[in-house]
Amino acid sequence: MAGHDHDHDHHHDHDHGSELSETQLRVRALETVLTEKGYIDPTALDAIVEAYETKIGPRNGAVVVARAWTDPTFKKALLADATKAVASMGHMSRVGDHLVAVENTPNRHNMIVCTLCSCYPWEVLGLPPVWYKSAPYRSRAVKDPRGVLNDFGVTLPKDTEVRVWDSTAETRFIVLPMRPAGTEGWSEEKLADLVTRDSMIGTGMPLKPSEVK
Amino acid sequence: MDGVHDMGGMDGFGKVEVEQNEPPFHHPWEGRVLAMQRAMGYAGAWHIDHSRFAQEKLPPLSYLGSSYYQRWMLAMESNVTERGFATPDELKAGHASTPGKALPRKLTLDVVGAGMCRSSFYRQQQGPQKFKPGDRVRTTNIHPATHTRLPRYARDKVGVVEFCHGCHMFPDSVATDRGDSPQWLYTVVFDGHELWGPDADPTLKISIDAFEPYLEGA
Repeated sequence: MAGHDHDHDHHHDHDHGSELSETQLRVRALETVLTEKGYIDPTALDAIVEAYETKIGPRNGAVVVARAWTDPTFKKALLADATKAVASMGHMSRVGDHLVAVENTPNRHNMIVCTLCSCYPWEVLGLPPVWYKSAPYRSRAVKDPRGVLNDFGVTLPKDTEVRVWDSTAETRFIVLPMRPAGTEGWSEEKLADLVTRDSMIGTGMPLKPSEVK
Repeated sequence: MDGVHDMGGMDGFGKVEVEQNEPPFHHPWEGRVLAMQRAMGYAGAWHIDHSRFAQEKLPPLSYLGSSYYQRWMLAMESNVTERGFATPDELKAGHASTPGKALPRKLTLDVVGAGMCRSSFYRQQQGPQKFKPGDRVRTTNIHPATHTRLPRYARDKVGVVEFCHGCHMFPDSVATDRGDSPQWLYTVVFDGHELWGPDADPTLKISIDAFEPYLEGA
């Protein structure tokens, strides 16, 4: 996508063509006014956008999951206090308070939703996908999670408990999926390649060894 | 408030549509909106619950008909004008006509890392914790016209306290400028049948995070 090499003294022209949408114009007006008022610094905005585009994504969470799969002490710490456990890994920017990891087991499958808005563990999964913020997901996840899972091509055993976590406060949840069979002796890095974003939301499963190169 | 944002359990919105290889932003302006929101939050202009409440107050057709970041933009416009950071005329003109108000701080390039980290919502406890894990509780039957984080589908329902998350600032109070009003926060889990009746999936359990004022003993 286009870089952010815009000139802040003039309005940027990111999109093709000269016809600017009403939304684009309104966002520009907001940015210009807030900048002129001295509330915001456009170069800081550039850095934020860039961080979300390039640095903050589900790989962060995948590395955490892979560590939990290989290190029982870390897994215990993660389930006890995910904020602290993730912070102990060091290589990630600080995770805000109130992160909770919930473990999938053969008897229980966890799913995360925010029915009221779009709460999501950004620091470990990046920006939420559009579907997570959409009315179909928010409305159905708490009432018909198995139906939602069908939309994702996931079918659970009939007697598996389905536990849905509605993020109604500032607590943020990440699912610790089950480690796929046939991965004995794998390195953390290789295991992390199996951990999909959706498997950490609970709408998918980790990849099988046969699904990666 | 009993708005269209409170979607849990509503029917008719259709299938979940997944976009493969979704980009972080679909238009450059979306990134600007997100970053402005972060910057104004860091500056102390308003709280996240003010942003949520502003979205909830959008007319239902506007809420449902706008994309996610369009809603953010609309909410930001309301907070900017209603909280006196700029006038509607200035937004319309696209330029400031007077200097800004003083804010506690400003998100500049050197502090972007700190500005992107979520702040803590823990607050000093104000009284003893009323419930403990294992307690049966009934959620209150409230319908405030203002912001609340107790979803409609989970009001006046019996569940079990699973975990206490400590004392947090209370969104219902913050969103209406009545201060942090710290409250104990619990994960409360409900059986599917309690929320959705006898036809509910028997394997379903749903939890919400509920502030103590939302709960009474059951």
